Amino acid sequence: MQRNRWARWFAGIAVVSLVMVGCARAGATPIPAGPTTSPGASTGTPASVEPGASPSAVAAATCEGAGDKGSVKMMVNQWVGAAANVAVAQCLLQQMGVKVATSTLAEEVAWQGFETGDVDVILENWGHPDLEKKYIQETKLATDAGPMGVKGIIGWYVPKWMVDKYPDITDWNNLNKYADLFKTSESGDKGQFLGADPTFVQYDEALIANLKLNYKVIFSGSEAATITAFQSAAKNQTPLIGYFYDPQWLLNEIELVQVKLPAWTEGCDADLKKVACDYPAYTLNKIVRTKWLDAAGDAGTFIKNFKWTNADQNSVADAITNKNMKELDAAKVWIDANAATWQAWIP
Amino acid sequence: MTALRWRTAALADPTSARRALAVVLVIGAAIAFVLFRGQATLTHDDDFPLFRSLNGVRDVVDDNRYVLDPIRSSVASLVDVFNFAIASLGWPGIIGIAGALGLVFGGGWLAILAVTGFASLGILGLWEASMATLGLMLAAVMIAVAIGVPLGILAGRSRRASAVIAPVLDVMQIMPTFAYLTPMTLLFFIGAAPSTVATLIYAIPPAIRITALGIRGVPEATVEAATSLGATSRQVLLKVQLPLARRAIGLGINQTIMMALSMVVITAMIGAPGLGRNILSAVQKVDVGAAFDAGLAIVILAIILDRLTFAAGEWLDPRSHFTRAQTLRQRLVGWSGPAAILAAGLLAPFAVDATRFPTDITFSFRSAINQSVDWFTDSFSGITKGIKDVLTANILNPIETVLTESPWWLVVVVAMILAWYLSGRRASIIAGLCLSAIVLLGLWGHSMSTLANVLVATALTLAIGIAIGILTARSDRLRMVLRPILDAAQTMPAFVYLIPALALFDATRFTAIVAAVIYAVPPVIRLVEIGLRAVPLTIVEAATASGATERQLLWKVRLPLSQRALLLAANQGIVLVLAMVVVGALVGAGALGYDVITGLAQGKDFGKGLAAGVAIVLLGVMLDRITQGAGGRRRSTVARAG
Repeated sequence: MQRNRWARWFAGIAVVSLVMVGCARAGATPIPAGPTTSPGASTGTPASVEPGASPSAVAAATCEGAGDKGSVKMMVNQWVGAAANVAVAQCLLQQMGVKVATSTLAEEVAWQGFETGDVDVILENWGHPDLEKKYIQETKLATDAGPMGVKGIIGWYVPKWMVDKYPDITDWNNLNKYADLFKTSESGDKGQFLGADPTFVQYDEALIANLKLNYKVIFSGSEAATITAFQSAAKNQTPLIGYFYDPQWLLNEIELVQVKLPAWTEGCDADLKKVACDYPAYTLNKIVRTKWLDAAGDAGTFIKNFKWTNADQNSVADAITNKNMKELDAAKVWIDANAATWQAWIP
Repeated sequence: MTALRWRTAALADPTSARRALAVVLVIGAAIAFVLFRGQATLTHDDDFPLFRSLNGVRDVVDDNRYVLDPIRSSVASLVDVFNFAIASLGWPGIIGIAGALGLVFGGGWLAILAVTGFASLGILGLWEASMATLGLMLAAVMIAVAIGVPLGILAGRSRRASAVIAPVLDVMQIMPTFAYLTPMTLLFFIGAAPSTVATLIYAIPPAIRITALGIRGVPEATVEAATSLGATSRQVLLKVQLPLARRAIGLGINQTIMMALSMVVITAMIGAPGLGRNILSAVQKVDVGAAFDAGLAIVILAIILDRLTFAAGEWLDPRSHFTRAQTLRQRLVGWSGPAAILAAGLLAPFAVDATRFPTDITFSFRSAINQSVDWFTDSFSGITKGIKDVLTANILNPIETVLTESPWWLVVVVAMILAWYLSGRRASIIAGLCLSAIVLLGLWGHSMSTLANVLVATALTLAIGIAIGILTARSDRLRMVLRPILDAAQTMPAFVYLIPALALFDATRFTAIVAAVIYAVPPVIRLVEIGLRAVPLTIVEAATASGATERQLLWKVRLPLSQRALLLAANQGIVLVLAMVVVGALVGAGALGYDVITGLAQGKDFGKGLAAGVAIVLLGVMLDRITQGAGGRRRSTVARAG
């Protein structure tokens, strides 16, 4: 027994020291890549935001450049359009010699990154006046870097086949007439209105109550659930009405038609309990970490200049989703075809 | 005292008295429901004052950052250390270490499993993501073991410590994982640090519990013998209890690792790097195939680590070495294999690029899975949606109506009587306290909707689990076929099968129930099977000899004798179903789960999310106590009957 245990101890120590030797040797070998994590290769998942993380290793050769012009940590919102923004910016920044790390985060959670230094840039910000107040006006940790060109449209949508069959369904005044069509196992004797992912701005329950519509909001719970529902409604020609938005890659795959609600006017959504008008069109803007911007030089100027359109974004998002391309490859295709647009961003 | 007297009275004529009571209870509740329906239903109010005041918690924490920031940075640097070690070893080094450990602990087959398993992570194109997950998980497990094992030893040696620790562990295990996320981002922001802490909280209970069990399992006689030979308490611990409990501690670490792996996807929501991120981004693109690849990588990691740590536990147990008298030469030969594998792995970087897994051989299930899922949902969604509509209208809706439209006090009273009836006074008081607390939290309506979902999901889980458990207890072949499927169902992240479930059942409460059933059924099957197989052969033979048919054998002998295992299965089923409440909200279940996600996502709803997390825990504690108590009570009846 005694000797056996000694043998085991000896073996254990030998293993540990071998491992340590291995570490030390590997550490001493000049390895160009950064020490910690790097992105998942197969799905082109963005790299981590860990301090010292390496820039994307999956970058197409042409999305890489020489030089050391600092680094930037970019936040990717949890939708593909945002990944398209970041991929194009990442490719061009890397060509300029800037190291880029990206991380996918929920919208509000990402703002905390301005405090911890985990996030330098949010390229596509949808409103959030409370966060803008806290981080831009009060603590000054973040700075508004101007509009990013894409217009955000939120509204009530139905699949195209319904408009063909019931042409007047696109007017909210007629929705009660069609409420029966939308009944489901969840909505009882009312029509079902499919509410959205809880991270999105939405007040459909108040709208339905204030417009006296015979509908009940059932929350899909996630963007994936909403997309699956609209895909199924388009494919199987089943009735569906719900919250949707543009830009969104699904709109390149199936056609959805927006229902006209009472038009948005300044202040009509001031009290969200009494709101009875459509969602406003969002001018999406870029938010950057103030300290990063102060020291970023050319990379900061590039982010300030970055501006493109819904069509640009949708084409890249469509390539990523429906054509199964990796983010940076899709970005490269757009970059090759749209030199005039992006050359204006380069300082 | 009353409980005791009531029990004695019931025991005087147990069946008829209890049956009469049950009938009175049902009729009384039905009358009260009809009389008071729609009154005191406590309609949900999103602006409940308590939610507002909980929002204030945020600011308090913000003002005390100086305490939390050192914790955050030290946890983050521990993760960095592991990531650095993994990156420095490179892929050949990692595979080499896994192979060597496999050979030492379990022999050739385990080494092959470990090597091919790790290699397949690279072949799936997920090497970097898998290693990021591994690094974070190892950091969390290391902290969990450093805290959990000493606590377990304490709980094993002192009854008082155990009495303090046990209920805390209960709550930790019942608390839905999503419910930690909001507090974690509040305390530690986003990134690797909060993810590690969240994983740690989820994974530490087995480390404590099983260690305590191991210490307590050391035979009293052995400890007394050591004490009578003059060993001090410290010597007893170090020389007797710990060595003999090594196998149990190994098992505890094994379970901790398994639990930690199941947090991978959820912590990706607060910025954890690794496979979870791949799954989340695949889900956003509604790309089931890509999610499946990443999910499979998690399953593979889980299987390798499970077998490795399990074998390590056996290997470390001194009792398993008694028979192995080896000469020095034999021992050297034994070590040469592992050493060779290790050396090959560590020296490989001189020959190949160790930083990136070669992309020459790659394989992905992505398009195959996507095509078959499309075909399946296109062909069957009509039928499945029909099933969903029928079950929702006839089972789920009536239960939900009763719970949400009854006055709250009626539900509380009925629950208390039911708990008393099943488990005695203590459970009854706990049920009353939990439900009253939910009333005070302002989440009554949502809690009742969630409760209805949980009850239906648990009933389905038990029906399916017991049926399959009975079949697998009878047939070894079926068990062999089912084992890998059950392993995969348990470790495959729910997010992977949520999208096909959505296509089959729409975004509804029923989809959430299906997801919960898939998650909760495997352990139920196992527990039922173990219980049925444990019925003594002599009893079965005696019954067969006295002419019992196969059917009688099942209903009159096997099932009654494995009642304890069945109740444990019910208890586990409920706890696991509850763990899926929040995930269910991602596919249309709404109610408490939706409140928790909203709280995580929108600052103005932070308080509501926090309160909803607490409400889920309260529901869980109530259901857990009622079923656990029922187990204890029946146990004593069975013992008496025997």
